[in-house]
Amino acid sequence: MSKGTLFDKVWDLHTVGTLPSGLTQLFIGLHLIHEVTSPQAFAMLKERDLKVLFPERTIATVDHIVPTENQARPFVDNMAEEMIKALEKNCQENDITFYNIGSGNQGIVHVIAPELGLTQPGMTIACGDSHTSSHGAFGAIAFGIGTSQVRDVLASQTLSLSKLKVRKIEVNGNLKPGVYSKDVILHIIRTLGVKGGVGYAYEFAGTTFEKMNMEERMTVCNMAIEGGARCGYVNPDQITYDYLQNRDFAPKGADWEKAIAWWESLSSHADAEYDDIVVFNAEDIPPTVTWGITPGQGIGVNEKVPTAAELLEEDRFIAEEAYRYMDLYPGQPIQGTKIDVCFIGSCTNGRISDLREAAKIAQGRQVAAGVKAFVVPGSERVKKEAEAEGLDKIFQAAGFEWREPGCSMCLAMNPDKLQGRQISASSSNRNFKGRQGSSSGRTLLMSPAMVATAAIKGEIADVRELL
Amino acid sequence: MFYPCRDALQTCLRGLLIMVSEVKQVSGNAVPLIGNDIDTDRIIPARYLKAITFDDLGAGVFVDDRKALNGEHPFDQIHYQGAKILIANRNFGCGSSREHAPQALAKWGIKALIGESFAEIFFGNCVAMGIPCVTAESEVVKQLQELVIANPEEVITINLEKLQVQIGDFTASVVMSEGTRSAFIAGTWDACGQLVANAQQVKATAAKLPYIGWGNLAAS
Ligand code: SF4
Repeated sequence: MSKGTLFDKVWDLHTVGTLPSGLTQLFIGLHLIHEVTSPQAFAMLKERDLKVLFPERTIATVDHIVPTENQARPFVDNMAEEMIKALEKNCQENDITFYNIGSGNQGIVHVIAPELGLTQPGMTIACGDSHTSSHGAFGAIAFGIGTSQVRDVLASQTLSLSKLKVRKIEVNGNLKPGVYSKDVILHIIRTLGVKGGVGYAYEFAGTTFEKMNMEERMTVCNMAIEGGARCGYVNPDQITYDYLQNRDFAPKGADWEKAIAWWESLSSHADAEYDDIVVFNAEDIPPTVTWGITPGQGIGVNEKVPTAAELLEEDRFIAEEAYRYMDLYPGQPIQGTKIDVCFIGSCTNGRISDLREAAKIAQGRQVAAGVKAFVVPGSERVKKEAEAEGLDKIFQAAGFEWREPGCSMCLAMNPDKLQGRQISASSSNRNFKGRQGSSSGRTLLMSPAMVATAAIKGEIADVRELL
Repeated sequence: MFYPCRDALQTCLRGLLIMVSEVKQVSGNAVPLIGNDIDTDRIIPARYLKAITFDDLGAGVFVDDRKALNGEHPFDQIHYQGAKILIANRNFGCGSSREHAPQALAKWGIKALIGESFAEIFFGNCVAMGIPCVTAESEVVKQLQELVIANPEEVITINLEKLQVQIGDFTASVVMSEGTRSAFIAGTWDACGQLVANAQQVKATAAKLPYIGWGNLAAS
């Protein structure tokens, strides 16, 4: 049993009590909702004649279904229009703040909450989306939840949960050039497996994370769930406070000082006890690419698709399935794999620093013939900031399309979809079969700079050649 | 069929509606689904999420896998039609938090799952819907899958009181965390009513958290 970690402290502070089932009733400090997983929850609420208990602690935006080319209403897709309308209506009826398209604050839910300063250390956060783990970058305990649980949070501002174990994942040292936070988390998942984190919260610690900026930390925590861990977090520090200060919802004046003192008190104790500790060396981490159909099927860009013999027995079955589906053969170098589509965006890598890194690669170069490459900012604010820096011009001059904010081709619930067997280099978080909108489409996950490299070369290539 | 599960009993407690529905045992035919890391995108592809109700999800369950297997997918095979228990392997339901995945399985007819392990959010979603997911040793799960493949007619029983699974003369123990197990047995798995009933304590807990009072989100 862990003791003295940030997770333990935040858990205890938010515990309302123990339910008859033995599970903990946990208070949720911030609830984020979007159009896909909330309408059924509001319907369930109505069915039971319940009201939203703390409407001011739920914030809504629209992200999954929004088109990224033409956002004029009504949307061309009737179902998408119906979904956004349902959210508008539910928010209005229940007094919930909704950041709609054109508000200046719309975007992917996990991008907007941090940039508005809604996400803060020591909070419990829930959202009907598994990548809610992103918010742990601030030292918050953030859970992805299902629709019935969205209903529970709306009705009671609490969840019924059993406590997780805590695994400390320490990474120390400097990342080599061309290696980004995305590579760190892909490497961790590759090593610990996609279910290695089941039952755990991941605490990301060590000098590598201490040096990361907030956006890099968010990328890592975002994908904790891909490693099976329901939440991941980094202890808050000066970098966290500097990011938060003066943001819209951050505490101000005397509250700011109080807040820092409280946040400081929450960090994991130097002698905290963990259920498990795993240590990595940053220098061992290469630019990483997935070759298969789970985020754990990753390899260094200079490596070959593993043969079944090189894998653990339990990983062979899915590897066989992946060879067939991806049309890659064991022992084949991943470099040189031809790419049809390049997607830069998503809640993993659609923030300003991601776009800057990709733009550095794109600058003065041209997207390879036959490749469709596009950049989708994670939010209206990211878009505005990128345009103020001229990143849009750099991308467009190189042959990338510059789009409106949304989830886009991360899961393709909007017009951005792979066609047929197309293969994409993607900065998103999931390479599951059919994830990007075509039931036979293929996805290779990598950092935004590696996606930009693939766009320029027309194939998987080593970003270090273009640095 | 659920046995001896009673119909949802609605109890009035402090003026609030609390749903009580005991799940002590689930019996029925089973459908084996071999493979690790079967993710929620495969259980229900994202395009089926474009809806404001769960009503039409049954048609989408495993739809892409089923299409690819051309009638050979267990969910299409004639002898597994009407199955109530899904036997899966490792890390079933990983990926997205979409409750649409268990909802789609439930619409197809699944009332309980046995597996080597389940992804956390998937498991929680199933609990919230009253669908027990029990785990068993890898060997046991594989044996159950083989037994069902050899004899799809045979009824499987998952007994939550004894934490046991039984098919023919084969029995084995299964695992479920005590809190969840007792919630199913007592019929309190639907936590919503209890959570709401504790509103006073919830407000008291909130009042002690410093951040409730600062910033623009401060409670009015
Ligand atoms: S960008 Fe992708 S992973 Fe993130 S919230 Fe949107 S669909 Fe989910």
